Amino acid sequence: MNNLVELKNVNFAYETRSVLKGLNMKIPKGKVVAIMGGSGCGKTTLLRLIGGQIRATQGEVNVAGQNVGQLNRDAMYDLRRRMGMLFQFGALFTDLSVYENVAFQMREHTDLPEEIIRDLVLMKLHAVGLRGARDLMPSELSGGMARRVALARAIALDPMLIMYDEPFAGLDPISLGVTGNLIRRLNDALGATSIVVTHDVQESLKIVDYVYFMSEGVIVAQGTAEEMKKSDIPYVHQFVWGEMDGPVPFHYEMNKTYAEDMGLDHA
Amino acid sequence: MLDHLLRPLRNIGHRVVNSIWRLGYASRFFLMTLLKSGTSFARFSLIMREIYFSGVLSLIIILVSGLFVGMVLGLQGYETLQKYGSEEALGTLVSLSLVRELGPVVAALLFASRAGSAITAEIGLMKATEQIAAMEMMAVDPIARIIGPRFWGGVLSMPLLAAMFSAIGVFGGYLVGVVLIGVDDGAFWSQMQANVDFRNDILNGVIKSVVFGVAVTAIAVFEGYDAPPTAEGVSGATTRTVVMSSLAVLGLDFILTAFMFRGM
Repeated sequence: MNNLVELKNVNFAYETRSVLKGLNMKIPKGKVVAIMGGSGCGKTTLLRLIGGQIRATQGEVNVAGQNVGQLNRDAMYDLRRRMGMLFQFGALFTDLSVYENVAFQMREHTDLPEEIIRDLVLMKLHAVGLRGARDLMPSELSGGMARRVALARAIALDPMLIMYDEPFAGLDPISLGVTGNLIRRLNDALGATSIVVTHDVQESLKIVDYVYFMSEGVIVAQGTAEEMKKSDIPYVHQFVWGEMDGPVPFHYEMNKTYAEDMGLDHA
Repeated sequence: MLDHLLRPLRNIGHRVVNSIWRLGYASRFFLMTLLKSGTSFARFSLIMREIYFSGVLSLIIILVSGLFVGMVLGLQGYETLQKYGSEEALGTLVSLSLVRELGPVVAALLFASRAGSAITAEIGLMKATEQIAAMEMMAVDPIARIIGPRFWGGVLSMPLLAAMFSAIGVFGGYLVGVVLIGVDDGAFWSQMQANVDFRNDILNGVIKSVVFGVAVTAIAVFEGYDAPPTAEGVSGATTRTVVMSSLAVLGLDFILTAFMFRGM
């Protein structure tokens, strides 16, 4: 079994609004895979399905050979202990220090003695370059630092799967490069598998092995980063090169022409 | 035309169904909180922390309010009692008013606005900033880790705060009645000792404050957990906590009083 995550014909709808439509996807072990697409195309929903926060209305979501949709609560929690997730803005616990945030899962799920927890926390913080920030509170961190602490927390228990929800959103160019590098390095060092949901094309294409492009709940293109850069599929081309108009139109759909709207058709 | 007439009816129906659904959801949530309390008590330090935030930090407002309420009772009580020449019953009047009614009720109302609103806002913001979702993704149950300790912290704090409110209130009544106005010191305390019954007055007051503590804290944690994850959502939930728990306290007070003191 080479695929850690596998989605088979997955459909998902929020009440009547269909978000994912017949999605098939494979995430191979040890790889960093990006899922790209515009806002509202169903990327975050996909992560929530894999994490078992929501269940597919139809189809199968398999993680490490287990059908997530059919797991009971205890089995789901067992699976989640082997997953790490980085939320869009870090989602650090604001009442705990940086050190305690990283130690959180160790304290909750293990009986490790304090000295071992201390060593592990410092190792994780060192990996993201923030060993010196251990005593700070989340409110004292910049956006980029908070993201790195959240990354250290996500890898606290050496997960087999790390999921990143928009890890590059709102970061300055230096933090952007640092975060991208960390995602790649940590994935390889831990022997983990990573899924990066993002719309930051340039940064993510530098670090990922494979890319899925999504639009309106379906996969419109897939391939390696190089293949995507050279792709002549109109949607991918527009997305990768940030073109203003294309399959995703600049103008919101309407049934009158500009001239009609301006009252010029009678002239 | 018919649709126009039916719309208000549909709206009312929709609201009623929604309210019943929410009540059911709140009941299940409350039940889950109770079922998972074992985890909260197994790590009592988490409850202690919440007792500090809900209880200890509410002490100032409780003590100051208690003192003033007691002083007002002393003044008003003396004013009325002296007309009948029974001003030495002031101690009884002040202490019974406080222990039976004002202590539990006013302390619960203050607790709802000081600690209840803070609990709702904190949980609501944790939800809005995805901290609760993050906890769930770390395989840690937020009801056991966040809700349970806050609920029990509030429930344990409430009777203690009500007791302190009543105690400082009695002292306020003493200050005004005995020290300022000059009611007899011995009569004040001995009448109080003779007429305040432990089971009928003090214990019933404690029961009231425990019930109020459960009501206020349950409303506060539920509103926070159920708050829409937006700024308006959290502010609306905070307001609802204060309004709903104040009404619940006053309503429950009537019911409890009717049961406790009937036939006395």
